[in-house]
Amino acid sequence: MHKVGLIVNPIAGMGGKVGLKGTDGSEIVALARKLGATAEAPFRALQALKELEILKDSIEIITCPGAMGESVAKKWGFKVGIIGPAKEETSAEDTRQAASEMMKLQIELLLFAGGDGTARDIYSSIKDSGPVIGIPAGVKMHSSIFALNPKRAGELALLYLTGKVKELREAEVMDIDEELFRKGVVSARLYGYLKIPFERRYVQNVKAATPPSEKYEQEAIAAEVVENMEQDCIYVVGPGTTTRQIMQLLGLDYSLLGVDVVSNGKLLAKDVSEKQLLEIIDDKRSKLIVTPIGGQGYILGRGNQQLSPRIIKKIGKDNIIVISTKDKLHSLKGAPLLVDSGDGEVDEMLAGYIKVITGYKEYAIYLVAF
Amino acid sequence: MLENKKAKLRNFHQAHWDEPVIFELSAKGARGILVPEAEEEIKAEVGDGISRIPAHLRRKEPPALPELCQAQVLRHYLHLSQATLGADLNIEIGQGTCTIKYSPKINESFATSSKVTELHPFQAEGTVQGALEILYKTDMFLREISGLSRFVFQPGGGSHGLFAIASMIRAYHESRGESGKRDEIITTIFSHPSNAAAAAVKGFKVITLYPDKDGYPDVDALREAVSDRTAGLMITNPEDHGLFNSKIAEFTRIVHEAGGLCSYDQANANGILGMTRALEGGFDFCFFNLHKTFSSPHGCGGPAVGAVGVRKEFEQFLPVPLIDFDGEKYFLNYDVKNSIGKVRMFYGVLPVVARAYAWIMSLGEEGLKEVARIAVLNNNYLMRNISKIRGATIPYDAPGKHRLEQVRYSWEKLTKDTGVTTEDVQRRMCDFGMHYWTSHHPWIIPEPFTLEPTESYSKEELDEYVAALKQVSEEAYTDPEKVKNAPYNSCIHKIDPSLLDDPKKWAITWRSYLKKHGKDIDA
Repeated sequence: MHKVGLIVNPIAGMGGKVGLKGTDGSEIVALARKLGATAEAPFRALQALKELEILKDSIEIITCPGAMGESVAKKWGFKVGIIGPAKEETSAEDTRQAASEMMKLQIELLLFAGGDGTARDIYSSIKDSGPVIGIPAGVKMHSSIFALNPKRAGELALLYLTGKVKELREAEVMDIDEELFRKGVVSARLYGYLKIPFERRYVQNVKAATPPSEKYEQEAIAAEVVENMEQDCIYVVGPGTTTRQIMQLLGLDYSLLGVDVVSNGKLLAKDVSEKQLLEIIDDKRSKLIVTPIGGQGYILGRGNQQLSPRIIKKIGKDNIIVISTKDKLHSLKGAPLLVDSGDGEVDEMLAGYIKVITGYKEYAIYLVAF
Repeated sequence: MLENKKAKLRNFHQAHWDEPVIFELSAKGARGILVPEAEEEIKAEVGDGISRIPAHLRRKEPPALPELCQAQVLRHYLHLSQATLGADLNIEIGQGTCTIKYSPKINESFATSSKVTELHPFQAEGTVQGALEILYKTDMFLREISGLSRFVFQPGGGSHGLFAIASMIRAYHESRGESGKRDEIITTIFSHPSNAAAAAVKGFKVITLYPDKDGYPDVDALREAVSDRTAGLMITNPEDHGLFNSKIAEFTRIVHEAGGLCSYDQANANGILGMTRALEGGFDFCFFNLHKTFSSPHGCGGPAVGAVGVRKEFEQFLPVPLIDFDGEKYFLNYDVKNSIGKVRMFYGVLPVVARAYAWIMSLGEEGLKEVARIAVLNNNYLMRNISKIRGATIPYDAPGKHRLEQVRYSWEKLTKDTGVTTEDVQRRMCDFGMHYWTSHHPWIIPEPFTLEPTESYSKEELDEYVAALKQVSEEAYTDPEKVKNAPYNSCIHKIDPSLLDDPKKWAITWRSYLKKHGKDIDA
């Protein structure tokens, strides 16, 4: 019997169609309802679960009462195990508690329908347990934990449960400050990584080689970077799983979400603030290593705000090393890499073609825009 | 009679023989031919024959080959042939990038003539003058088609040809004492992956350019890529989406100014034969696939020829031997100053060159140009009809924009609308007796499919292929499960492809299959 967790955030996505930018906070939910918003997430969860119908007799869905999952799971006739008390109004705390209880019950996979806020709640509760698949149902979806659409989320769950997809990858959990966002200011933060089944598209053609795993690509990139590191130069290593591989290859401690500083193979400082960074760099020769964060291709200004315009100016465009797996570049579907440093002049300086390290002795020339 | 003539769809069903692997058909002692025993007087002279072979050269055990009679072998392979959709069986426009055209059968009779097949590559030059003449004259034809000054036919395929070119680029920089410094090769993401691979095998770093919004590699991206480390540019044109980069002369100029050399992958030459040449494009090297463009059947990994050509000043690096003519006789010329050496034994895959020679001779200059014109016309006719199919899109399309010999299409919209992917369409097309191919990796174009109609197919045949695609699209919108569970009329049903991705399970030989699946080889 497969144990699958299901959390539906019944209010996720309600704000979108009535012009609100998210549904964080009960006042906003009330406003959304007043404006005529109806629940989107249960409907989307239904679409995803339909793909698992084929395994109906061998799945037990562990979920929350009523609109948080029970009604959706029962609709397709799954065997259902309920945790937690029934409630009229649900909150973020309910999501956090449910996720943590499900992990204790040793579920194989957690499916959730919601947006960035829901992903963040789940992350704060379960960290790197998992795997998790996001059914996209929110207004904001900067995190890369979400499948392309509900149907694909269900298909991916099926592939994972039937053992056809075994590999896991870390996907960014990102969220923006909704308070600022409603005033028109975008400020995204990288909160952490959840594990998601990594579906490689299987191809039966002889001309198509098996694509190497993401980890292998990241290791190749790290080897290229480390091999070319210069004596006495200060390397500022931005956040991300690709940059982490560099720290691991150097055998150094690191902060996955923060900025670390390295020179001559030694860690100078970990998880530095903008101020500390300015002091360390001073007027010394420095290079900055960044990788796209999230699904939209931001190399600066999303999830790495410590790297402020002042820092970037100091280091200089020629000393910025961009690294990215080819998969990540290709997932942009021809769209450019993006910068949003907060300073128009700096953004302009960074725009144009840049050399991206994509593997060992492999590079791409790719467009940066803002 | 076509049952459903109006829709142009066939009621196809492939033969299913449930055919075992030939090793499983083996019966101990079965034989195709029983060789008669030697006569007494021969035995008296040489004994049993075997004992004359030195003991250390004799096998201890007979080879573990299957034992069958001739009729069984014949039947086995006929069964297998009925379970394929070969180039002569279906409307073979589905394997884009491979130029699967009709190869006239008369050319086959030259290639398989005993005058070709009975030759030994170690025969003295004086006894193979005819073969050398074919090689020499085909070289002359390709010089005319490309504008370059000398060709060799040793590389056994396109990638092998690119390897030879990458070796020559390296040799050139070495001859100038710059090989340590010039270690970067520039290519594009829509060039064949063999360009990047050949460069990497020769130890170069590889820089890949991505297309601009119109699908062309960008001159500014190239300017960002070139430096005093540039060894060369290895590029396909038209690329695999069928767009011809008309700024190619500017590309080669920029690379030359930076001190690099330029190599032209002409695997996609079918739409430009006689129209544009490597020389005028500013290239130093090029290669043609004789097994695609020049009428040898393409497939199953050979036999093939990647004919490599160079400009005059790079002849000194060519692999040996060259075929030369002294006014009286043809001869093998090993006197090449800075040759990269041999890239393959002997002097080329003669049957493939013989077919190419016959094909060029039968068409002449005007004929070759007509091949290109019809291939391009067919492709644009096909493209405009596919653009009308629901869910199919043409990336980088614009009103009035034409393609050369092929197009990489996308089912991204179909997938978003219905969940049906290009791989589902691929399997469903088998039900109509049609071959269909997606794309090389990486899939820059989402849910891709690549079609290349060549000059060989009529309007009616292209219509039939489009009708099948249209039918699959309609099914996807009305009954997606039908497409997702296909094929139904093919010899093999949907398989679990995860085994193909598992090194512990995949097997390309019988011995490896037995080993990986825990079976005893003697069982």
